[in-house]
Amino acid sequence: MWKLIQPNERNLRVWQLAVLLAVFGLWHALTTPGLVPPFLFENDLQAAFFFGEPLKIFGRIWAWFVTGADIYRHLAVTLLETALAFGIGTALGLGFGLWLALSPLAAAICDPYIKAANSMPRVILAPIFAVWFGLGVASKVALGVTLVFFIVFFNVYQGVKEVSPVVLANARMLGASRRQLLRHVYLPSATSWVFSSLHTSVGLAFVGAVVGEYLGSSQGVGYLILQAEGAFDINTVMAGILVLTAFALALDALVGMAEKRLMKWQPKAGETEKL
Amino acid sequence: MSTDALALTGVSCTFVSREAPGQRYTAVRDVTLTVGAGEFVSVVGPTGCGKSTLLNVAAGLLAPSSGRIEVFGKTLAGINTRAGYMFQGESLMPWRTALQNVRAGLEFRGVAAADATAQADDWLKRVGLGGFGDRYPHQLSGGMRKRVSLAQTLALDPDIILMDEPFSALDIQTRQLMENEVLALWASKRKAVLFITHDLDEAIAMSDRVVVLSAGPASHPIGEFTIDLARPRDVAEVKTAPRFVELHAAIWGVLREEVLEGYRQQLAA
Repeated sequence: MWKLIQPNERNLRVWQLAVLLAVFGLWHALTTPGLVPPFLFENDLQAAFFFGEPLKIFGRIWAWFVTGADIYRHLAVTLLETALAFGIGTALGLGFGLWLALSPLAAAICDPYIKAANSMPRVILAPIFAVWFGLGVASKVALGVTLVFFIVFFNVYQGVKEVSPVVLANARMLGASRRQLLRHVYLPSATSWVFSSLHTSVGLAFVGAVVGEYLGSSQGVGYLILQAEGAFDINTVMAGILVLTAFALALDALVGMAEKRLMKWQPKAGETEKL
Repeated sequence: MSTDALALTGVSCTFVSREAPGQRYTAVRDVTLTVGAGEFVSVVGPTGCGKSTLLNVAAGLLAPSSGRIEVFGKTLAGINTRAGYMFQGESLMPWRTALQNVRAGLEFRGVAAADATAQADDWLKRVGLGGFGDRYPHQLSGGMRKRVSLAQTLALDPDIILMDEPFSALDIQTRQLMENEVLALWASKRKAVLFITHDLDEAIAMSDRVVVLSAGPASHPIGEFTIDLARPRDVAEVKTAPRFVELHAAIWGVLREEVLEGYRQQLAA
């Protein structure tokens, strides 16, 4: 019997699912009033109040997506903010990274300010952005951009610095102009570094959007969570967190797919398919 | 003199350490070297004697501290556009397939895409990699990557070919195959070749002329030998010819002291 269910390569998914079910099962058992005698709280309603009840949480999610269908508007806003922050932040990081890496003097001048800007806790800029750009989409995008920009910037900078001097000299000997070097040598080399950071930066774009919404907005998933928290509705807060987690995972998978397509020239560890 | 494909006159290269400007290193001093049109010249010398420096100067990648470089009678300024350079290290762009790598130079020079692809494909076939055009460099073996490099360099049809120990990383069998291939390609096109190597056998077997550099620092030519072996040659067979053995002994006599000197310096450092 144990031989059959012993964890191995093939039943990995089953075990992953089992862990998830176990967590929710335990959660359900410990929070449903009357199921287990209270051992931490004075009465068994308190556990449900503080931690929420899985069945009600799933009911909430079901209502959001199916019966009420009222979350799509908020999700669309949050995803739009994430996408904009991600796109603008990546483009700016790429541009600045290339520029500074290729002009050492400008890099030397900017160096202390870049370090300062990077070490500043940038989430604290959110209230300022709210004042500058209002409570709409723009202030959330601005916050996300500040988070994404530095990740991409440092990776591009490093990527350009680490271009193999032989490959560079070879391209020059083959007659590449400065523009062509940028397009055919620096950019592809930097891209490989950018992709390694893209998983982090798409997550941060999401963080920027949600934190921005949480601090002040009229729509978005962060706004839903804030509203529910104001009413001590833990079930809705938990439902919002679960939805956010699922979409963060989906975004990460999307980046993974793009990476697989664009970085197929990179050798992978353990790849033995030579000739 | 002006008919020479490549002429270095009194070239010196002194490197200054960026951290400590007082520290200087003169790699080559007062080197005069010519390569005639269609001539195959090898430069041999002990390790660290500035052979690659000389090649970078000839390619226009490095400006000499003093001296003059002339390419077909014209003073060189900037990159030497009439030369193709085969590097010692990995020089292929890893994000391009073999075919795209061979095509790169043609692309940079504005050849139409379809035409460039056709020419690159033709060159890949000539170096024996017809079916490997869609492979990325990391999917090719070391010898295959060198062939792609060769095709990449020759696809531009340069008048001067600079080679920096191109086969030093290859095993002996692959190396002999590649050497014969290069000789055959050279015989059909008759380009000027400046070939850098530390392998005397290779130098004698392939060249019209062998130049011996002294040990660094401040290395300079200390001997020049005309290789009067009949062509076409097979690099493996020619090594048994009596004349080859004679030449080898003569050149080794000059080179030996320099190799020992270079070795002593490395030990002392």
